[in-house]
Amino acid sequence: MSKGTLYDKVWNAHVVDKLPTGQYQLFIGLHLIHEVTSPQAFDMIAEKGLKVAYPNRTFATVDHIVPTKSQARPFQDSEAEQMMGAIEKNVKKFGVQFFNFESGNQGIVHIIGPEMGLTQPGMTIACGDSHTSTHGAFGTLAFGIGTTQVRDVLATQCLAMDALKVRQINVTGKLNPGVTAKDVTLYIIQKLGVKGGIGYAYEYGGEVFDAMSMEERMTVCNMAIEGGARIGYVNPDQTTFDYLKGRKYSPAVDKWDKAVAYWKSIASDKNAEYDDVVNFKGEDIEPIVTWGITPDQSVGVNDKLPEVATFSADEVKTVEMAYKHMELKPGQSIKGTPINVAFIGSCTNGRISDLREAAKVAKGRQVSKSVRAFVVPGSQQVKIQAEKEGLDKIFTEAGFEWREAGCSMCLAMNPDKLQGNEISASSSNRNFIGRQGSKTGRTMLMSPAMVAAAAVEGKVADIREVLK
Amino acid sequence: MSKINQIEGKAVPVEGNDIDTDRIIPARYLKEITFTNMGKYPFYDERFDAEGKPKGHPFDLPQFQGSHILFVNQNFGCGSSREHAPQSLMRWGIRAIIGESFAEIFAGNCTMLGIPTATVSQVEMQKLQAMVKANPEIKFTLDLDKKVLFTEGKEHLNFEIHESKRNALVNGTWDSTRLLLGNADKTAAVAQKLPYVAGF
Repeated sequence: MSKGTLYDKVWNAHVVDKLPTGQYQLFIGLHLIHEVTSPQAFDMIAEKGLKVAYPNRTFATVDHIVPTKSQARPFQDSEAEQMMGAIEKNVKKFGVQFFNFESGNQGIVHIIGPEMGLTQPGMTIACGDSHTSTHGAFGTLAFGIGTTQVRDVLATQCLAMDALKVRQINVTGKLNPGVTAKDVTLYIIQKLGVKGGIGYAYEYGGEVFDAMSMEERMTVCNMAIEGGARIGYVNPDQTTFDYLKGRKYSPAVDKWDKAVAYWKSIASDKNAEYDDVVNFKGEDIEPIVTWGITPDQSVGVNDKLPEVATFSADEVKTVEMAYKHMELKPGQSIKGTPINVAFIGSCTNGRISDLREAAKVAKGRQVSKSVRAFVVPGSQQVKIQAEKEGLDKIFTEAGFEWREAGCSMCLAMNPDKLQGNEISASSSNRNFIGRQGSKTGRTMLMSPAMVAAAAVEGKVADIREVLK
Repeated sequence: MSKINQIEGKAVPVEGNDIDTDRIIPARYLKEITFTNMGKYPFYDERFDAEGKPKGHPFDLPQFQGSHILFVNQNFGCGSSREHAPQSLMRWGIRAIIGESFAEIFAGNCTMLGIPTATVSQVEMQKLQAMVKANPEIKFTLDLDKKVLFTEGKEHLNFEIHESKRNALVNGTWDSTRLLLGNADKTAAVAQKLPYVAGF
């Protein structure tokens, strides 16, 4: 059992009681909600005659279903309009703060939380979305829940939970040029597998993480869940404190030192004990591209696709299914694979630094004629900042479409979808069959800069060669 | 709240590792604001072709109709936290799932709906899946008190289930709202002690 880790400290500070079942009642410090997984939860508490117990610890936005071409109401999709109406009604009825289009703070829930300083070290954070692990970048225990659990948090600000084990993942040394946080997280998933993290929280550390910005740490923690770990986190440090200073919901100036002292106190102790420790070298990581239907089916951009015989017997079925779906063959190079669509955005890679990296590639180049390319900022604030920096012009001049904030083609609940068996280069987080809106559609995950490189080349390319 | 001690019924096998919740229920069905219709959608894109004709998925084969127990392999329910996935299985008729392993969020969502997620070894699951494919009429009884899967006319099999999840099911406290509400005063006390709640 782990001891003295951030996980242990934050967990212990939030335990309300041990329940008769053996589960723990855990207080949730921040509850984030969005339009898709909340309407039934609000209906359930209304049915029981309950209220939202801690409305001032509950914040809502809209991201999953919102169109990104025009956000004029009513939406063309009547189901999306009805869903929008439901959250508007519920936040009003239950007194929940709502970041709608007019607020100027609408965006993907995992982007706006950190952006406004709602996400702070030492918190427990829950949201009806598996990528809630993103907030772990700040040294929080942040995890996705289902709708019935959303009901419990609304009604009680608590969840009945079991404790996880803690695995420390160290990435030592330095990253090579052209290698990004996205490649680090895809590499870890490739090495530990999509089931490797079941039952664990991942604590990310080592020189590579020490050197990362908060936005880079968010990209890694975002995909902890793709490795099976419900929670991923990084211990808070000066980078964390600098990021939070002066944000809308960050502690005020006169409370700042007290807050920082507390945040430092919840970091893992030097002699903390872990259930498992894994070490990787930053220098071993290449720009990574997924070739299959699970996020661990990936290779370095210059590698050949693996032979089926190299997989264990119980993986063979999934691997064969992946090759069939992706219309790819063992032994072929991933580099040079033609693409139809390039998507830059999502809670993984829709932040300003992601757009800056992609814009560096787009600048002075043209999207290939055979590619439909678009950029979806993660939030209204990201969009405003990007436009201030002229990134929108760089993208549109290069032939990318410049859109409004939302989840978009990460999960294709809005009109942004793959058609037929189109294949995308995508900066999102899941290459599952059907994920991007077409059941025969195909997805290759990679960093936003690599997506931009694929867009201009019309095929998967090595960012280091394109930028040469 | 009902206590769940035993689940009886036929079983349906859905084979494969890493079956994610997008495959269990495609995102387009999440646009409905109630769970009412979810029973129509489990595995939709794997079950039906472009014209809506069944492709021969176990959920459509006549011999597996009326099954209450689902046999799956590794990491079932990975990916999205959408509760629509277990809701769709439950509303189709599934009352218990036995697999080699389950994704964390999915298993938690199942417990909240009163659906046990029990695990057995790979060898045992392969035997069970082969058994129901050969003889779909076999009746099983999943006994949560004894942690045993009874197979009609065959040997019994011990399974594993997270102890707290088992307790919640057999004690009838799996719908946790009332349990949590009962500690409202303790909750307020914990909140008060958290520096960030008090504003530092």
